[in-house]
Amino acid sequence: MLVNILFWIYAAVLVGAALGVILARNPVHSVLLLVLCFFNAAVLWLLIEAEFLAIVLVLVYVGAVMVLFLFVVMMLDINVERLREGFVRNAPLAALIAVIVAIELGYVLWVRRLGVELPAGTAPLPAGHSNTAEIGAVLYTDFVWPFQLAAIVLLIAIVAAIALTLRHRPGVRQQNIGQQVAVRPADRVRLVRMKSEREP
Amino acid sequence: MIEHAVPVLASSELVPAAAEIFIAAAACVVLLAEVFLPERRRGWTFVLAMLALAGATWVTSLVAMPERTVVLYGQFVADPLATVLKLFTYGIAAVSLLYSRDYLRRRGLLRGEYCVLTLFAVLGIQVIISAGSLLTLYLGIEILALSLYALVAFDRDNGVAAEAAMKYFVLGAIASGTLLYGISIVYGVTGSFDLGVLAVVVQGEAAGGIGLLLGLALIVVGVAFKFGAVPFHMWLPDVYHGSPTAVTLFIGSAPKIASFALAIRVLAEGLGGAVDAWQDMLVVLAVLSLAIGNVVAIAQTNLKRMLAYSTISHVGFILLGILAGNAAGYQAAMFYTLTYVILAVGAFGVILLLSRQGFESDELDDFRGLNQTSPWYAFVMLLLMFGMAGVPPIVGFWAKLQVIKAVIDIGLVWLAAFAVLMSVIGAFYYLRVVKNMYFEEPASREPLQAGGAFRLVLSLNGLAALALGLFPGLLLALCAQVLG
Repeated sequence: MLVNILFWIYAAVLVGAALGVILARNPVHSVLLLVLCFFNAAVLWLLIEAEFLAIVLVLVYVGAVMVLFLFVVMMLDINVERLREGFVRNAPLAALIAVIVAIELGYVLWVRRLGVELPAGTAPLPAGHSNTAEIGAVLYTDFVWPFQLAAIVLLIAIVAAIALTLRHRPGVRQQNIGQQVAVRPADRVRLVRMKSEREP
Repeated sequence: MIEHAVPVLASSELVPAAAEIFIAAAACVVLLAEVFLPERRRGWTFVLAMLALAGATWVTSLVAMPERTVVLYGQFVADPLATVLKLFTYGIAAVSLLYSRDYLRRRGLLRGEYCVLTLFAVLGIQVIISAGSLLTLYLGIEILALSLYALVAFDRDNGVAAEAAMKYFVLGAIASGTLLYGISIVYGVTGSFDLGVLAVVVQGEAAGGIGLLLGLALIVVGVAFKFGAVPFHMWLPDVYHGSPTAVTLFIGSAPKIASFALAIRVLAEGLGGAVDAWQDMLVVLAVLSLAIGNVVAIAQTNLKRMLAYSTISHVGFILLGILAGNAAGYQAAMFYTLTYVILAVGAFGVILLLSRQGFESDELDDFRGLNQTSPWYAFVMLLLMFGMAGVPPIVGFWAKLQVIKAVIDIGLVWLAAFAVLMSVIGAFYYLRVVKNMYFEEPASREPLQAGGAFRLVLSLNGLAALALGLFPGLLLALCAQVLG
C-alpha cells in the first residue's frame, strides 16, 4: 500500500518534471528539471527493488552526463527566441507526426494486448537477493558479445573525436611542466655580492 | 547471501569469433603504435594495418565453420556465408588501403587514425556479417557507421568533406533511429531479438500482423538507407563527392558487402516468413533506385558523383536479387554484390592513380585522352566501365543476367524488362567515360606518380573483372554453395 502511494507521488513528479523539461523557457532550467526526472525515475527503480540500476542512473546520468549537459548549455549562448521562430509554421506538421506516432504506439500496445500476455507485477524478491549479481550474470553470458561491441563503439567515438579535433599548432604558448619541475634555485635567483651603500 | 552459480563462458564459444577479436586487438595495437612510434616511423602503422588484415584472413580460414554454428548465446553466427563474405571484406579493405596510400600521403592524411578507423570499419562489417540477433546487428551497423563518419571528415580542413560528413552523420543518425524503432517494435511483437527465434516465430498468420509489418517497414527503411536505395539515397552523392577519394573508394566498396549481409540476415533469415510483405517494399525501392540512379547519373560531370548515382542503380539490381526471396535470388544478389565491389574498387582506384598533388582527377574531363598518355590504364578503366555497364564478356554482364533470371523465375517479367531498359540507359554514361578516354585529346600529359605495387594490383583488379567474366562458374558455384 505504502509502495503504491509512493509510486504515484514519484510518478506524478516525474511526469511533471518531464513536461517542465520541454516547456521551460530557460535551457538551464530544462537541464535541472531533467536531473529531477532522473532522480524520480531512480526512486521508481528502487520501488521495484532494482537498486543497482537506480544507483547507476543517478551516478552516471546525473553525476556525469547531466553535468556535461549543463556545461554545454551554459557555454553555448542559446538564443531561445530564434529557436522558437519557426514554431507556428511547423506546428501543424509536428502535430500530424505526433498524432501518427501516438496512433502507432497505441496500436503496438493494443497488438501486444491481443496476442502476448503482459507480465504480472513483479513479485517481491527474497531478502539478500543481489540485483547486481543478476545483471552481471546476464551481461557476461547472454549479452557478452553486444556488451563488448558497445565498448568498441565508445572507443571508436573517442578515437574519432580526438582524430578530428586534436591540432598541434606551432607557436602556441604552452607550459612545459617537465622544465618547470626540473628548475633549480640557481636558474631563477642570482645572488649578487655587493657592498652596502650609504644613503645619500 | 544467496550463492550464485558463476556463469562460465566456455572458450569454445569464443573460437568462432576469433577473427573479430583479432581485428579489434589489432586496431588497438595500431592505435598504440601510432602513439609511441617516433614521427619518422609512422609509416609502420600502415604496414601493421595490412598485416592485421592478412592475419585476419588467416584466422578466419582457420576457424571457418563448415556448418551453420550459433555461439555466444545466439548473438553470433558462423557459417560458410560469413566466412566467404569476411574473406572478401579483408581483401577489398587491403586493396583499398593499398590504393589510398600515395593519395593520403600526398595530402598529409596518412595518419595512424586512418588505419585504425579502417580496421574498426572492417570489424563493424564482420559483426554485421556474423550477427545472430538484431542487437548485434545494430551494434555492428553503429561500429561501421561511426568509423565511416570520422573517415569522411578526416580531411578536416576541407569544407566540402566536413559538409559531407555532417550530412552523412545526421541522416545516418535518423536511419539508425528508424532501424532501432523498427527493431523495438519487432521485439515488442515477437518477444525476441534472436534472428533464429524470429525465423521460427514469424511464420504464417503471425507474419501478417500489423504490428510486425510496422516494425518490418521501419527496418526496411533502415536497410535501404545503409544500401543507399532511393528514396533514402540523399546522402550518397554528397558523401561520395565530398569525401577524399580514398575514403570514397572505401565507402563505395567494403560496406556494400555489409549491406548485403544485413539484408540477408534480417530479411531472408530472420523475417523470411514475412517475405510477401517485404518483397513489395523492395520492389518499390528497386524500381526507384534503377530509374533515379541511371537517369540522374547522365547529368553528372564529376566522376565520383556519377559513380555515386551508378552505385544507386547497382543497389537496385542487388535488391532485385534479394526480393526474389529464394536461394537463387540470394545467390544472384551475392554474386552481384561481390563483382560490383571488385569493379567499384577498381574504378575509384583509377581515379586515385591519376590524382596528383593538388589535382583530384575526379572530373569526367580529366579522363580525356587517357589512351594516349597511358593506354594500359585506359584499357583497365575500359574493362571496369564495361563491367559496370554489363557488356559481355566482362563480369558485370553475368551478374545482371543472374539477377534478371531470378526475377523472371518468380514471375515479375515486367520488373526484369524494366531493369534491362534501365541498364541500357545506364550504359550511356559508362560509355561516355570510354569515349572521353579514347576519342578525345588529352588535357595534360603529366606522368603517373603511382608506385609499382599500386599499378600491379590495379592491373590485376581490371584483369580480374575480365577473368571472372570469362569464367564466372567458380564464383557462381561458391555463391551457390554458401547460400544453398
